[in-house]
Amino acid sequence: MKRLFNSLGERLNKINSLKLTLLAVLSALLVGAFIIVVSDVDNLKTGNIGGAFSTVGSAYWALVVGSFGSLRAISNTINSATPLILCGVSVAIAFKAGLFNIGATGQMLAGGITALWVGFAMDGPGLIQVPLAVIAGAVGGAIFGAIPGILKARTGAHEVITTIMLNNMAAFFILWLLKTNLFQREDRTDPISKLVSVHGRLPRLFGFLDGRSDLVAHIGFIVAILAVVVYWWFLKKTTTGFEFRAYGLNADAATYAGMHVKRLTVLSMMFAGGFAGLAGAAEVLGTYGYASANFAGNIGFDAIAIALLGQSTPLGTFVAAVLFGALQAGGRQMQTNSDVPIDLIVVLRALIVMFIAAPLLIKTIWRTKNAQVTSGQTFRGWGS
Amino acid sequence: MSIAVETVAPMLSLEQRKRARNVGFSLILLALISAFFFSGRPGDAGFKLVDSFTLVLPSQPFARVLAVLLGALGAVQLYRGFGKWTNVVLAISTGAFVVGFLAWATSGGSFNLTGMLQDTVTRSVPITLGAIAGILCERSGVINIAIEGQLLGGAFAGSVIGSLYGPWAGVLGAMAMGVALSALLAVFAIRFRVDQVIVGFAINFFSLGLTSFLSQRVLTPHPEYNIVKPFTPYAIPLLSDIPVLGVALFTQTYFVYVSVIAVVLSTWFLYRTRWGLRTRAIGEYPQAAGTLGVDVIRLRYRNVWIAGAIAGLGGAWWPIGTVGRFDQNITSGRGFIALAAVIFGRWHPVGALTAALVFGLAEAIQLKMSNLDTGIPSEFLLMAPYIVTLIVVAGFVGRSRAPKAAGQVYEASK
Repeated sequence: MKRLFNSLGERLNKINSLKLTLLAVLSALLVGAFIIVVSDVDNLKTGNIGGAFSTVGSAYWALVVGSFGSLRAISNTINSATPLILCGVSVAIAFKAGLFNIGATGQMLAGGITALWVGFAMDGPGLIQVPLAVIAGAVGGAIFGAIPGILKARTGAHEVITTIMLNNMAAFFILWLLKTNLFQREDRTDPISKLVSVHGRLPRLFGFLDGRSDLVAHIGFIVAILAVVVYWWFLKKTTTGFEFRAYGLNADAATYAGMHVKRLTVLSMMFAGGFAGLAGAAEVLGTYGYASANFAGNIGFDAIAIALLGQSTPLGTFVAAVLFGALQAGGRQMQTNSDVPIDLIVVLRALIVMFIAAPLLIKTIWRTKNAQVTSGQTFRGWGS
Repeated sequence: MSIAVETVAPMLSLEQRKRARNVGFSLILLALISAFFFSGRPGDAGFKLVDSFTLVLPSQPFARVLAVLLGALGAVQLYRGFGKWTNVVLAISTGAFVVGFLAWATSGGSFNLTGMLQDTVTRSVPITLGAIAGILCERSGVINIAIEGQLLGGAFAGSVIGSLYGPWAGVLGAMAMGVALSALLAVFAIRFRVDQVIVGFAINFFSLGLTSFLSQRVLTPHPEYNIVKPFTPYAIPLLSDIPVLGVALFTQTYFVYVSVIAVVLSTWFLYRTRWGLRTRAIGEYPQAAGTLGVDVIRLRYRNVWIAGAIAGLGGAWWPIGTVGRFDQNITSGRGFIALAAVIFGRWHPVGALTAALVFGLAEAIQLKMSNLDTGIPSEFLLMAPYIVTLIVVAGFVGRSRAPKAAGQVYEASK
């Protein structure tokens, strides 16, 4: 009987947190609408308030249509979500061990460039080359990710500094690499890499539909889902995963319990790098088929917001990444359909993160009852 | 007993000894680089100091002398150690090494050294101010990851308000924007007890998104809102007549002077006033301070606001101190560099200033490097400052001790 009540309570809690999430998204959209109206200088000057409000309507409608309104939109959403999921897991796994991985961008670059090398150096068969290139991406990212881990374990250098520095170093290194004979495309003078060979491309997800070349989503999405599952399995079912969580929750306790915290530090950053490296591989082998200097874009930073939003849980990270991917895909449509710039998406993402992180605020605004109020720390802070 | 202990050489911990050894080896490494690498290019390097005088350094002999000196210092450090002078020796050696590098890079050419120093100081401004903002927050127990967002918001407001009402109003507007964004941080972190890292990052995104959005939606069709008259350098009478230093330090925009004042004042306040003592107390052990009657919440709010104003001022540097306009993501990660400067400088304003100058130097060298033909790919030169930071942080700074309560939610005991 008691157990029944407990599970009921749990379920209510889950509904509650779903409600909070929806309210947070709604609040973010309302603030976003306000921003659209206020920034409509021309309409406001002429007193055309109705015009300003109709912009909001068409912008938000385009957001929905562009993210889920058609098979093409769904494909775009999947495509945008793929690297976000992988990098989100990268940041999340580091958070679980109490570390702050700002370096997903650099790790993505490292992984992407390694995968690219396998991608154009080999020429089939695809069944061997594709997995090999993807694994190479993970390994490349993992090696690069391990550097801040080793530095932290051996010297105590804080990962926030080292990963920022390594991001910048990776960016310049890639820029140089893309101008070497090995990587640069033969007929180009700008830093653009050779094309991944035909057999090396990640197969398209909707490849079975004839004549739909506009459906760009690729099986990187499957890789991403597998990564989430692996992450879940690792956290819940392995000893090392348990040690990660213990270390993240209380470093001192983990140390006294006899865990090798230095090993955990290196491992967690290595895993984080591996997942980010997969994201790089997915972008290079799947989305682009080559590498330009900034193929990592802002994904590494978006991933931080995603991991925070998903509270570093496997499912949460996945859902947050898909939400961000949908906003990305919808945002492009919004920019085309209405004259609202895609940067609004960045604002909406920030607001969603903020509102979800502040259940107390949502509770105050919407007067909901018994919302749980979490407070805590994501990572271990600056010390040790 | 205590006297006896003080008279013998102080006991060094294992970590300190390791660090001392690292310093020694690094000096030797620098010596080797000078000996085998910097001496590789014959020719004279001209360093233009003032209009009438150019210091000419013969690259090869200079590199060799430098190598011998650095090697000797390294040997002494390994053999005996410089004790409390270690950092000074290291700083001077690094400075000499940078000169050696420049002499190698410019050999056969000429180079405006004074201009580079001036650039160094100029470019350190936003990093310094951002770092002070970070220090003020974190010293009072609030992690401020949102420096980047505050700088960016300040830059935007500074440009728009500066275009409408003049540069001084722009500075005020930038500071107000900084305060507004930091108020957001304060309310979420203190009132709503949100994880400070989450809200900090959210503010960064919010600021980036909002300024990009507004700049595309409002500033692009209305360029008249985005053209501000930047401050021109103000030469301090007398002091600006000193050769080299006069140009580098005393012929600068107000931003430079204000940032120096900010460093001095924040150091003074943090370590010499009651306010500072209380601030440090609530950053270390807020419960204790609260028990003794300090209003922790109110002090935190106030400090975070002040920090926001300072960061906003740093943001105003872009439109009003340099280019006279706002562009999307104009700060391009300087807020994170400032964050690194906070940790690098060990939560002390002077340390942060030092770190900011190092990053400023790196930027200034990058600007100048494009004019020099060194034979090694420019990407590696551009990478250098980050490698140096990495080495310094890993080798010498090591485990830094942050304010203990930074990031923790404070709830007054019931």
